[in-house]
Amino acid sequence: MNTNRPWWRPDGFYIYAVLYLIFIYLPVLFLPVFSFNNSKYIAFPLKGFTLKWYEAMINNPPMLNALMNSIKIGLIVAILSTIFGLLAAKAVTRYRMPGRAPVVGFIMIPLVIPEIILGISLLILLSLADIPLSLLTVGFAHLLLCVPFSMLVLVSRMEGFDKSMEEAGLDLGENAWMTFWRVTFPIVLPGIIASLLLTFTISFDEFVLAFFLSSIEQTLPVYIWSSLRFPSKLPPTLALGAAIFMASFIVVTFAEWIRRRGVRLDSTSGI
Amino acid sequence: MEHDAIISFQNVSKHFGKVKAVDHASFDIQRGEFFSLLGPSGCGKTTLLRMVAGFEMPSSGEIFLDGQPMSVSPPNRRPVNMVFQNYAIFPHLDVRGNIAFGMRKSGLSKGDLNKRIDEVLELIKLPGYGSRGADELSGGQRQRVALARALIKQPKVLLLDEPLGALDKKLREQMQIELRQLQQQLGITFLFVTHDQEEALTLSDRIAVMSEGQVLEIAAPSQLYESPSSRFVADFIGTMNFFEGTVTAITANNMTIATQVLGEVRTTCEESFPLGAEVWVAIRPEKFRPEFTSPARDIDSIEGRMGPSAYLGDRSHFYVHIANRDDPVLVALQNLEGSVHQLSRPDQPVWLRWSEDAVVVLAKD
Repeated sequence: MNTNRPWWRPDGFYIYAVLYLIFIYLPVLFLPVFSFNNSKYIAFPLKGFTLKWYEAMINNPPMLNALMNSIKIGLIVAILSTIFGLLAAKAVTRYRMPGRAPVVGFIMIPLVIPEIILGISLLILLSLADIPLSLLTVGFAHLLLCVPFSMLVLVSRMEGFDKSMEEAGLDLGENAWMTFWRVTFPIVLPGIIASLLLTFTISFDEFVLAFFLSSIEQTLPVYIWSSLRFPSKLPPTLALGAAIFMASFIVVTFAEWIRRRGVRLDSTSGI
Repeated sequence: MEHDAIISFQNVSKHFGKVKAVDHASFDIQRGEFFSLLGPSGCGKTTLLRMVAGFEMPSSGEIFLDGQPMSVSPPNRRPVNMVFQNYAIFPHLDVRGNIAFGMRKSGLSKGDLNKRIDEVLELIKLPGYGSRGADELSGGQRQRVALARALIKQPKVLLLDEPLGALDKKLREQMQIELRQLQQQLGITFLFVTHDQEEALTLSDRIAVMSEGQVLEIAAPSQLYESPSSRFVADFIGTMNFFEGTVTAITANNMTIATQVLGEVRTTCEESFPLGAEVWVAIRPEKFRPEFTSPARDIDSIEGRMGPSAYLGDRSHFYVHIANRDDPVLVALQNLEGSVHQLSRPDQPVWLRWSEDAVVVLAKD
């Protein structure tokens, strides 16, 4: 393949890549553009620059409340499912245990069950058990959904490094716990970060389960859905969307920076 | 248990389900010895090593390390360290971090520890490599770091699991010499696992030959090669020509064996067999001397015809067809003057001579 081709004479692959990026990112870029547009209606031509939608967003307690709910659930779900995923991945990749295949199968099932089915069955179960709907029930449902993702990410990371690394840790005088912290954890750290980001994102924008299982307290996707019926509420939602987009961009960049810095620091310090 | 045994295996067995990976192993390894476990893959040598390290527990029997029973000690409490087959260098630590890994509880101050690490780096001939990352090392360097990481712990026994298997031939031979020097310099007992018989012969004080979970023979390299005690060992160590025979006469230090192929074979073999016993007569390829004219009558020899030959650089291999035998006999010759290879023409008659003490007699089972 000719890699020295000048950029103004693109080949087929180049055009394909550019079209692909446009397809992915153009709709997303409309979000910040219209969030600064001085008009209630989402349509071209643009009317003028304004910050009033951001002002409206800040002065909209229900919306901010929904945002906080989603962040809280997302953080807790991300941390718990990554812990469960790590334990499951360790068990699956490191121990000979009876019934391994069916256990893994049961953990993975939520991946292939349509969320709507999961939502309805959980709703039926909760009402049978007389458990009131709340953010807690949403959180549990998200946990159910996220653990298989964590496990997938971490199993591949655990399988990717040699079991003899951990044996070397034991051999050099550390017990199982310290070997985990000094060998296993640093090696699977990129997987742990990936799992945290992935599960937070899944929980943060999950709609179906949250819609079925929440009560008065709403998560952000449910709030946005309910506000779509009122055109005047849409522009502040765009402002919020743009703000979240920027925030997640910063978070992911920061996490990647931390990870690389962590790997470098590890390899230059003595012990 | 002998007095100065550093490791003593007493009736050690390890079963994985129905597979007997190690079957009733009982032997001692002396303090300061370079001891090799040699055998084909799946013979149980690695399982035996891993039981010393504590990664596997014996199904029955006990391993004593410096007199202490080991079945109660987890791997991190045993005074042994291991060089893993793939080195298991920690990818998230640099060379210094890898070597220092096991020294967390050593009680050394940071300065003393750094000095120790520098000494060990000097020992493995990698001074100044301390800040290299694991991914910046070649195969041979990773091997040295793995050695350093284990040696800094000053183990009573260093366990090596096929550590040279991944290196190319030149580097492997160089590392063999260095390993041997290192072992003699430090006086630490080395327990070395390999499937490479040449490597085991080069390095070891003593070798245990294993097959299918059983220790077949323990002996010094020269004894294993010159007078193996069983057909398996004779066949596994080097190459060997086998001939069927029957013991026909026994005197004080001589035995005569009638063979269909070689005729009457006299031997100085010390093993005693009863009259009429069915035995294997075994002769190494390099113990045959080929001649192209018929030797005198009273000299042990057999006539054959030249078959295919192979030029191996330092030596040549000839296959010689002999009457009454399907497989040709293998003969090895040093290429002392030019190529001996050129002497031979296919189908040319050749006489193979051997001396009495070249003959090994093995029981037929």
